[in-house]
Amino acid sequence: MADLLRICALYPDVMNIYADRGNLLVLERRAGWRGIEVVITPAGFGDRVDPDAHDLFYLGGGQDRDQVLCAKDLVETKRDALHAAADRGALVLGICGGFQLLGHVYELGDDEIPGLGLVDLKTVREDGPRLIGNVAIEVELDGPSGRPRVLAGFENHGGRTHLGTGEQPLGRVLKGHGNDGRSGSEGVRRDGVIGTYLHGPLLPKNTWFADWLISRATGVELAPLDDRLEDAAHASARRAAGVSAVGSPN
Amino acid sequence: MIGPKIAAARATGALSRRAGRGGTSLPGKVLLRLEPDAIGTLAARLPRGSAAISATNGKTTTAALVAGILQRAEGRVVHNVQGANMAGGVASALLDAAHGRGIDGEVGLFEIDEFWLDRIGPQLQPRALLLGNLFRDQLDRYGELETIAERWSAVLDRMPATKLVLNADDPLVADLGVSRADVLYFGIEDDTVALADLPHASDSKHCRRCGTPLVYDAVYVGHLGRYHCPRGDSARPAPHVTATDIRLDGTRGASLRLRTPAGDADVRLNLPGLYNVYNALGAAALALALGVGLDDIVAGLQEVRAAFGRAETVEVDGHELAILLVKNPTGANEVLRTLALEPGEIDLLAVLNDNIADGRDVSWIWDADLELLAGGVRRVVCSGTRAPELALRLKYAGIPGERIQTVDDLEAGLDAALADAGDRLYAMPTYTAMLALRELLARRGATAGMFT
Repeated sequence: MADLLRICALYPDVMNIYADRGNLLVLERRAGWRGIEVVITPAGFGDRVDPDAHDLFYLGGGQDRDQVLCAKDLVETKRDALHAAADRGALVLGICGGFQLLGHVYELGDDEIPGLGLVDLKTVREDGPRLIGNVAIEVELDGPSGRPRVLAGFENHGGRTHLGTGEQPLGRVLKGHGNDGRSGSEGVRRDGVIGTYLHGPLLPKNTWFADWLISRATGVELAPLDDRLEDAAHASARRAAGVSAVGSPN
Repeated sequence: MIGPKIAAARATGALSRRAGRGGTSLPGKVLLRLEPDAIGTLAARLPRGSAAISATNGKTTTAALVAGILQRAEGRVVHNVQGANMAGGVASALLDAAHGRGIDGEVGLFEIDEFWLDRIGPQLQPRALLLGNLFRDQLDRYGELETIAERWSAVLDRMPATKLVLNADDPLVADLGVSRADVLYFGIEDDTVALADLPHASDSKHCRRCGTPLVYDAVYVGHLGRYHCPRGDSARPAPHVTATDIRLDGTRGASLRLRTPAGDADVRLNLPGLYNVYNALGAAALALALGVGLDDIVAGLQEVRAAFGRAETVEVDGHELAILLVKNPTGANEVLRTLALEPGEIDLLAVLNDNIADGRDVSWIWDADLELLAGGVRRVVCSGTRAPELALRLKYAGIPGERIQTVDDLEAGLDAALADAGDRLYAMPTYTAMLALRELLARRGATAGMFT
């Protein structure tokens, strides 16, 4: 039987503002080029999701108004399933607005947008400018023994995200603002649950990370590809953030 | 007394131009610093008042079309050309025309950046205002569409005497006219040019009243089309000015039957693509709102050629080079749809810059349907400050890697593209890349060609 990657795209019609389609396209192409069959199942408003039927759940960013509608629906119809999926080790990737919804709550003045509570974090809309710009972070996805690598992207968020004690960020800010513009932390990582403000979009600019996700979701050891254009795009995104590669491409 | 301030602002402009720093909007900026109400004061001198245009896409081309019409019908037009569409650009255009206590012009025509409408509109108090569309564009600079729509809605209350000319096919724009008595709507009514589905980059797909997804009976460009709320809370207004019998002729032009309260006419445009049919419809409706007759409208529409880098064709080194500006996903999609109409495989120079005027965030290339080019490109050279990311996008859109060449430097990229191109080369630059490309071409003595 052929290898299979089953992706659940959450609200792809509305949570797609920062080129989230590019992230899904890169997963689809790069898995396909390795002979892995990819099935992408959209889940919209009111749709129930089966926690055992997907290897990766993807939640992108949307306009404020859409994010409020999605938050309500997530909590009402999908929260338990996503908790069950995360508990059994499925990947849950939240980007930008999707990252914020992984936490407990997003406080907007007197309004509170509820979150999934998959990780211990909250987001607050504070006074002060939106945090906008090219960004690069250093991550150690395979633990301190693994090789640190760089993710490059673009961030654009009004909310400041604060991690609870004991919760680990996805990476350390090399250039840019990160979760709150102060802590030097960017994103969140608890086992298979990963959140980040890096859109830009994330996976086309960092195809090595797409491969890490595919490999982790399927258990398949991936054969190398002709990645000259991919490596050049990664280098370009890093240059834009002011963190050029020294030596190896990553 | 505004006179001495005008002289001071002019002197600054002359200095700046001598120093080689363009300075299209600098004199206006200086004037506004000396005289914050200068736009209102000078515009009030225009005997036939002003018209204004704002939109995400098509402002410059629509303004060129309206200018063509007004020059015939009303005489000299004071017009901010070349897309200098913030307060400084508008003030500069008025400054250039002002003399003594008068102004050298009959009527004003101003394209206004969608983010500057609330600062310029109430000063200008135009007789008519065309609002064309709102698309996802430079989120890092403009923010979300809803925010702009709300700003527009608030500023319209401060322009109560202005006749509104609105695109009925854009739900967000059409909704702005709900509480106004006197609105002229325009829209397309021709299902032969409709898309099968809403494109990915569609933005405004929900009823502004109740949030329910809109139902589309036809989709024309992005989220523009014939729509209604299934709960009955909103619907596309019946347009007064429409286009039917549309025929698209690749990158060369388009024709349509223009239907208006003043009569119907066949129009042949020298501008390609359905997006230019919208620009022409908006221009015709705005001119009607100003009281121009149908004959002048048709003649004006037909004589206008491509505006500055918008489907302009020039000759260079024995090749025809067509320049098609791309700024955001929906604009890019229309250019891509137009390119896809070209027979055979095309040669392409694609240029992606991330300067402030382009938007620093280049994410949008993943929202544009570059897949439309798959199977239709013989060779593409990618240039610009973010060339490698555009090259990658094209690969994932389905263009074989070996047909894609990356040359970061624009001049070297142009040379590489020309060296291997057939008779016709297409350039698809972002805004600052388009300016740089035109400058390069001008230095090489490229001459503006004509659509045939």
